[in-house]
Amino acid sequence: MKVLIVDDSSATRFMIRKMLKELGCDVVEAENGKVALETLSSNKDVEVAFVDWNMPVMNGYELIQEVRKDAEYNNMKLMMVTTETEMTQVVKAIEAGANEYLMKPFTKEMVVEKMALLGIEGAVQ
Amino acid sequence: MALEEQDFLYVSKMVREESAIVLEKGKEYLVESRLSPLAQQDGYASIKEMVQKLRETGELVLKLKIVDALTTNETSFFRDLKPFEMLQKELLPELIEKRKDQKRLEIWCAAASTGQEIYTICMTIRENFPWLRDWNVRILGTDINQEVLDKARRGVYSQIEVNRGLPATMLIKYFEKSGIDWKIKDDLKSMTEFRKMNLIKPWGSVGRPDVIFMRNVLIYFDTDTKKEILGKVRNIMQPDGFLFLGAAETTLNLDENYVRRTYDRGGCYTLKGKDAK
Ligand SMILES: C[S@@+](CC[C@H](N)C(=O)[O-])C[C@H]1O[C@@H](n2cnc3c(N)ncnc32)[C@H](O)[C@@H]1O
Repeated sequence: MKVLIVDDSSATRFMIRKMLKELGCDVVEAENGKVALETLSSNKDVEVAFVDWNMPVMNGYELIQEVRKDAEYNNMKLMMVTTETEMTQVVKAIEAGANEYLMKPFTKEMVVEKMALLGIEGAVQ
Repeated sequence: MALEEQDFLYVSKMVREESAIVLEKGKEYLVESRLSPLAQQDGYASIKEMVQKLRETGELVLKLKIVDALTTNETSFFRDLKPFEMLQKELLPELIEKRKDQKRLEIWCAAASTGQEIYTICMTIRENFPWLRDWNVRILGTDINQEVLDKARRGVYSQIEVNRGLPATMLIKYFEKSGIDWKIKDDLKSMTEFRKMNLIKPWGSVGRPDVIFMRNVLIYFDTDTKKEILGKVRNIMQPDGFLFLGAAETTLNLDENYVRRTYDRGGCYTLKGKDAK
């Protein structure tokens, strides 16, 4: 299963990539929303995207809005992965079309649990 | 300072008598790491001194504190997912049909810990069967450990706790932010009732539950205790009721009066020959 990690921090991408690799996922990365859209157009098989909120050029909230405009990505799951922890932000992300919301910092176990909520259980492991 | 063998043996024997929790040789490290904060907090110079005090006085409060400290309270929202899916998709629809005249449902969460499991049940009900508001629904949570029960009753969870297994949509609907924590809304809280209860002591009134969640607690007990508790469960649960055990627990080779009912890769237990219609 292919997962896209969108985060402007290479350290964070590294950490998430490590977790996902251990779960048996293929990983592609992007450092902001704009790059993510390009990455997606050449990686049509991405099933889940981990999306950071605050990034330069195009932030995660805008990315989610963009992706949700495109019917081609209807089946792609979007998970906001962020240090934003206010209720208003959670609501905003879900209303924009995020399927899940994970607050930083987090553990691999939390990733597994969130993936299960996205209906991805057998795929990882 | 390392725990001396005789102290370890004394503590493990006492804990087994009080709670049935088995602490075999090899668990010295666990006992040490759980008891040393307690010893420190209560002003003892060492675990040894605390155990010494217990030996001399048999003081009940100290005993309970030690037992509490040696319970494992690990839990999470929607733990294992499948039980709650089964509850939603199969068990509650069946029960609602069968109980539509009495309009009564009882659910017992028998090792409730800090409450994530019981609130998961409440969310599952509110979310999928909102009309049950008009029913008499009793959702009881019990645990041996007073501290975790108090936390369950408060319904306040840290970011780390809500990050575990809780769907964002549920967070939005059933929680409110309270400082840096997340608080269960009163409407959901009002569905619950909590009581301190030791599974190896007389149960008092747990009613006649239609569904029992007794997950991840039998695992700490020896075979005889498991048998005894499963026998007691049989006597109190509705003849057509359902029992959930933890993913690593089973009635197999313990009590032949249960039948497994599977759901996906999970499942629950019903009573043999009593699947009353
Ligand atoms: C690992 S937690 C399980 C929580 C929840 N049922 C779950 O599966 O996520 C086990 C709980 O059992 C409780 N417990 C242990 N011994 C008990 C006893 N003798 N009577 C009642 N509760 C007990 C502990 O205090 C602890 O909160």
